[in-house]
Amino acid sequence: MSSEEASQGNLVRHMGGELYRWPMTLKIGSAILVAIVLAGLFAPVLTPYGPFTQDLSNTLLAPSPAHPFGTDNFGRDVLTRVLYGIRINLPFGFFTTYVPLVYGIILGALASYWGGWCDSLLMRVLDVTIAFPFLILIIVIVATLGPGIQNIYLAIFLTAWTMYARLARAEMLVERNKDYILAARNLGYGPGRIVFRHAIPNVVNSSIVFSMSDFVLNILLLSGLSFLGLGVAPPTPEWGAMIAEGRDFMLEAWWISTLPGLALVGTGTALCLIGDGLAQRLGERRYALI
Amino acid sequence: MGLRNDLASAAMPLSSAGTYHSGRTTAEVPILEIENLTVEFRQRGRTVRAVNEVSLSVFKGETLGIVGESGSGKSVLCRTILRLLPSPPAFIQSGEIHFAGRNLLSLTEGEIQSVRGAEIAMIFQNPMNALNPIWPIGDQITEGERVLGRLRSSDARQRATELLRRVGIPSPELRVDEYPHQWSGGMVQRAVIAMAIAREPKLILADEPTTALDVTIQDQILALLMELQEATSTTLILVSHDMAVVAETCDRVAVMYAGRIVELARTADVFSQPCHPYSLGLLQSIPRIDAEAQSLISISGQPPDLAGFSPGCSFAPRCKFVAPECRNSKITLREVKPGHFSACLKAENMVEGGRL
Repeated sequence: MSSEEASQGNLVRHMGGELYRWPMTLKIGSAILVAIVLAGLFAPVLTPYGPFTQDLSNTLLAPSPAHPFGTDNFGRDVLTRVLYGIRINLPFGFFTTYVPLVYGIILGALASYWGGWCDSLLMRVLDVTIAFPFLILIIVIVATLGPGIQNIYLAIFLTAWTMYARLARAEMLVERNKDYILAARNLGYGPGRIVFRHAIPNVVNSSIVFSMSDFVLNILLLSGLSFLGLGVAPPTPEWGAMIAEGRDFMLEAWWISTLPGLALVGTGTALCLIGDGLAQRLGERRYALI
Repeated sequence: MGLRNDLASAAMPLSSAGTYHSGRTTAEVPILEIENLTVEFRQRGRTVRAVNEVSLSVFKGETLGIVGESGSGKSVLCRTILRLLPSPPAFIQSGEIHFAGRNLLSLTEGEIQSVRGAEIAMIFQNPMNALNPIWPIGDQITEGERVLGRLRSSDARQRATELLRRVGIPSPELRVDEYPHQWSGGMVQRAVIAMAIAREPKLILADEPTTALDVTIQDQILALLMELQEATSTTLILVSHDMAVVAETCDRVAVMYAGRIVELARTADVFSQPCHPYSLGLLQSIPRIDAEAQSLISISGQPPDLAGFSPGCSFAPRCKFVAPECRNSKITLREVKPGHFSACLKAENMVEGGRL
């Protein structure tokens, strides 16, 4: 019993020590991201307005204490819409990054571990996918299937895993020849246990670091597609869509486009800082982003 | 001449002192029999014969040393026993390996998996790479038993602590949750040994277990291996390039050169009366602390390129005693006196005269 308590004490001390060892970039980035997530979660508490509530008597108001980010051409509070936008953009970025990350890593690692025709097949698929510019590929798929957030998810799920498969494959090529993998085989463990328990945890570092920049790019992608009219439908408070809507009023009411844009920049910066900090902390400096 | 006598007297007391040395000879039951094993590596049309027609019996409970320089096929031989070599490039050209009534080379992948770790365990050269860096050491030690369902997860920590204590880790109950990078090389090697003995294998292959460690730790690890082997009467194959290590620990020695076993005999016999010029060369190249300062004696020349097969003795180009027939006739390992095998045409001359 006492040893278990001791190990729990160790864990607490370990966590404290871990936080202490975080690079400054990681601390700042995480703090900003946590603040953004909290702002998204508590959006209804933070603002008295609704994201769709129109107030046609108060259109195109400049930023003021009542409307810190001003109002748009329908009199909707821009701050409210930016806060509610977090609820769309962040989960989108999260799922489009981490769902493909999981199966991308698994496919890449398995193919690389088995080698031979399995690896060749994967590489050819990767070559074909990478031969097309990513954005063009997404636009083609979305244009074929029709606009809408489900189709964007589908398009990204079909293509985004290739980067992770590549990273995992490359790391696995090194890892699978290390002695501890040989030792694991030598202890009679099956390939499943070796790949999933022993090898994969050792090949995810670079993918996790890369995922931070991918996260940013995916949020930008959704905004870009919405801006082009291929993304979410207009009343939805999505940052890219808001920027697109505001561009007609750019000269009279700069805040409609600029402030959602700043939210995008802030989120992107936070994620990049985390990515950079993780790269340092995980000893993967070659993937540093800034 | 004097040198060799000294070596003999140095080796003798060791071989008679250990309890496992004396009691063993009565029942020589082979536990592992390698017959005519040839392993080739093929890549881009080039064929390298890493193990060449090796036959070898390992007796139950003994410690067999395999010595030879780098590239002589020691590790390939070990890894072939457990079928750990990737194919391609490695191909088992011919031969059989009998262990516990089965030919290991004809088992399916699933069957060999159940032999690995459970019946034959292996200890690797570089302990720092032999453990997974991201899991606690205790977890890794008992993983094998947990996989088999022989151990409940709730008892695993207890069992790991016990095994670590067994291999001489101080305060194992505090250390069991630590990670490999927190331990020194010697300690990790102890943990690797704990992993190897966890499932009580009948045979342990130790592939240069002490090469990556400094000399004092080397001694401790060897003593630990010997002690464990004595306690559990496991059979141990110890691969080393270090004659001193072998002299201290092994009952019998197989000397490998260019993929072949060139001499096989009891340790004391190899040290007192080597019957192959290569063994002689190896013994002479051991630096001596009590001799007057002189430059080290070395075996001149390079190990042969294993890609070219020649019919004769592969040591011939470097041999001081080479005769024309050495290069042409087929040379096999033969018994030159009871229990002493050599692959030298002139072995008898070496036995009788003590030198050629």
